[in-house]
Amino acid sequence: MSGGVPMSWYLILSAILFGLGVAGFIYRRNIITVFMSIELMLNAVNLTFITFSYSLKQVDGHIFSFFVMVVAAAEAAVGLAIILTVFKNRETLMIDEVSSMKY
Amino acid sequence: MTALIFFIFAGIAVFCGISLVAQTHPIASALSLIGVMGSLAILYLQLGGEFIAAAQVIVYAGAIMVLFVFVIMLLNAGAEGTSLNVSQFAKYAGIVLLAAFLGLISFIIQATLPKTESVVFGAWDGGTAADVGRKLFTSYLLPFEVTSVLILIALVGAVVLARKEI
Amino acid sequence: MNLWLIPILPFTGFLINGLFGRRMPKSLINVFAIGSVALAFIWVVKTLLGLGELETKYVEHVFTWIQSGPLQINVDFAVDRLTAVMLMVVTGVGTLIHIYAIGYMEHEDGYYRFFAYLNLFMFFMLILVLAQNYLLLFVGWEGVGLCSYLLIGYYFTEQYATNAGNKAFIVNRIGDFGFSLAMFLIFRQFGSLDFTKVFDSAKTMPTEATVGILTTICLLLLLGATGKSAQIPLYVWLPDAMAGPTPVSALIHAATMVTAGVYMTARSAALFTHAPIAMDTVAVIGLATAFFAATIGLAQTDIKKVFAYSTVSQLGYMFLGAGVGAFSAGIFHLMTHAFFKALLFLGAGAVIHGLHGEQDLRQMGGLFKHMRITALTLLCASFAIAGFPFTSGFFSKDAILVAAYERAPWMYWLGVLTAGMTAFYVFRAWFLAFTGKYRGHAHPHESPLVMTGPLMILALLSLGGGFINIPHWLEPMFPEKAENEMLAWLSAGVGIVGIAIAYLFYVVKPSLPESIANAFSGLYKLIYNKYFIDEVYDATVITPLLATSRTVLWKGVDAGVIDGTVNGVGKRSRGVGGILRLLQSGNIRSYAAWVVLGSVIVLLAIGFAGGRQ
Repeated sequence: MSGGVPMSWYLILSAILFGLGVAGFIYRRNIITVFMSIELMLNAVNLTFITFSYSLKQVDGHIFSFFVMVVAAAEAAVGLAIILTVFKNRETLMIDEVSSMKY
Repeated sequence: MTALIFFIFAGIAVFCGISLVAQTHPIASALSLIGVMGSLAILYLQLGGEFIAAAQVIVYAGAIMVLFVFVIMLLNAGAEGTSLNVSQFAKYAGIVLLAAFLGLISFIIQATLPKTESVVFGAWDGGTAADVGRKLFTSYLLPFEVTSVLILIALVGAVVLARKEI
Repeated sequence: MNLWLIPILPFTGFLINGLFGRRMPKSLINVFAIGSVALAFIWVVKTLLGLGELETKYVEHVFTWIQSGPLQINVDFAVDRLTAVMLMVVTGVGTLIHIYAIGYMEHEDGYYRFFAYLNLFMFFMLILVLAQNYLLLFVGWEGVGLCSYLLIGYYFTEQYATNAGNKAFIVNRIGDFGFSLAMFLIFRQFGSLDFTKVFDSAKTMPTEATVGILTTICLLLLLGATGKSAQIPLYVWLPDAMAGPTPVSALIHAATMVTAGVYMTARSAALFTHAPIAMDTVAVIGLATAFFAATIGLAQTDIKKVFAYSTVSQLGYMFLGAGVGAFSAGIFHLMTHAFFKALLFLGAGAVIHGLHGEQDLRQMGGLFKHMRITALTLLCASFAIAGFPFTSGFFSKDAILVAAYERAPWMYWLGVLTAGMTAFYVFRAWFLAFTGKYRGHAHPHESPLVMTGPLMILALLSLGGGFINIPHWLEPMFPEKAENEMLAWLSAGVGIVGIAIAYLFYVVKPSLPESIANAFSGLYKLIYNKYFIDEVYDATVITPLLATSRTVLWKGVDAGVIDGTVNGVGKRSRGVGGILRLLQSGNIRSYAAWVVLGSVIVLLAIGFAGGRQ
């Protein structure tokens, strides 16, 4: 079981996933897909927390990660409710068409 | 062994991530996200986070993503149409830029982190439920209570927003 | 001694008449107005009797006005011999004129307003005279200027009256500017504005080092005096000030306010005597003004304008006296001038009143049989101003001329020539008004006793006032000058010659003036139009100033720069806002892009600037 993995690789993985999340956030047009990209970003951050928690040999990182998950859950619930409402009113899921706040 | 598992599941995570961003149908994206979460759970296990791994699967993949799938099916979201006039140049330039950005980050991390220690499965066992619970109910009691209020608010909000009259 | 009562009494008269006069009957207004001034006069007499010989100055500290670092200004009233003379003149002649005004202003609107302003004037003049430091004197100085403006513009519904009031005030302000600068320099040089401190320091100063600063101070004080006392170049307001009611002309523009400049110069004798250049300037300006104004007075047809130019001329004499070092002679002439000039104006007022407003000499004539008392009193005044032997004017004017001869003989000769002209034009006015045939259309009548009473008292003073030996009284303060019998009789003789010529021109051969005027028509026009000085000032000073104000300051600076800046700030804000709002595209994806951009910038900032402690 020897041959560990350098910790920095975990961080790199986290960075890659975060970047993918940002890309999805910017490039996708479907609201739900944008939301899921946000969730991906949150997951990447969670990985970073756990990694550093391992590195510092403290469990606080796990706690942070736990709270991130809780907040993600709440946010998902409310966000999806909003998406439902928007869909009911605008009949569309494309974020480009929800632009009535234009100057 | 640790390295092998790492590479397999890291690869799955990245692959699912790309597929999340690249797929047109939301359901495919949702399923990809579930894949990412699963692989991450394995990685958490490797890092000694037993409780978090379980929570990830149960809460994140099991509840939140199910909610997502429900909403997608409820809204009957179809595949995205053609992209509106995003120039080909921007599309490919964006990918290249993204790759460059990630490469830069990786390089920085590699260069600046000193003698990183290796992650070996089982080297640290401080992430058990008991440890998390102990910390949660002593040092982080206040945030814990506050988040419960937060969830209450989210609950009320979701119910109100999703009603018929709004 | 309660010196403060002296100015406060007229001030209470002002307050009562000003606040409540509108609803009071005339008799009640008279009580307060005349009563306050008369009481002030009585209090002055009582105070002076109580103070006795006044070897030293009697100072009374009322309260401390300004106390700021090294600057301390007290409200101090002081009486010394000079002040005593001024107080008697101001309150005495003032009371007589107040009484006269009851009759003169009987039929005017705003009766209470007139007396309120007149009382206010007395208050300020008394402050000016009693002040023990330059700033308090300046308060009185400005105050009398204000009252002059108010009273000249008394008939405020007439454009020419308000214009005259404005002119008086504005021209005075130019002089006040000089006075203010002088005060700053005095404070800087001596560290105080108190008379005692300043004059004591001035007496002990070494002359070589400080003659420059003293000369500057004195020249600036002179500028102030030329404004207030109507000398060249700031005399132009006095003839126009005749637009005010005649009692005003008598009190303010003959007897008291215009003498403030002379008083101030005499008071500052300690400064002037140490600055010979300034003294000479004072003498030259005084003499030039005396001569210049007398020439203008030769041709005027409005009776009040004749006396106005005469006032300017006589004030020139007073300055001449001060400038050659005969300060006591100047003050003596101030006193006698107050008597006969006030009488001349009041008499002219009686004539005007009797003719229901006619002021043009060409419309008068033969009034002797209609207004005997007026005519006789005016005759006394005319003899006095002409310097007829043993009248008051004889003593005072000759004291000045003799002192002038000591300084420079040419000053004496020019002064004598001016005296001759003075006699001529005054008697010209008298003959035109009272002899010959009546040329007008009104029904002349004598004035009531309330007006002729003061005339008679002033006539007595004009004739006998010369025997009050003021130069001797002022000896401790201003050394007396030597007498010279021959010069005195010479100037008196020239005066009599002037009377004789006037008699020739206007009684014996009335056609003579006309033919001479036609013979020298250019010169006559020049004199008649007062040398076009007003027009010259208008073209050289006023029009460019107004034009600069309008184009540069108003349109350029105010509308352009200031408004432009303020409006420009608003416009820029709108502009920036207009650009910033383009961020709100309503497009969620662009918002997302901005978020990512911002976070990248923050990351880079943290990466490069710190974070790795």
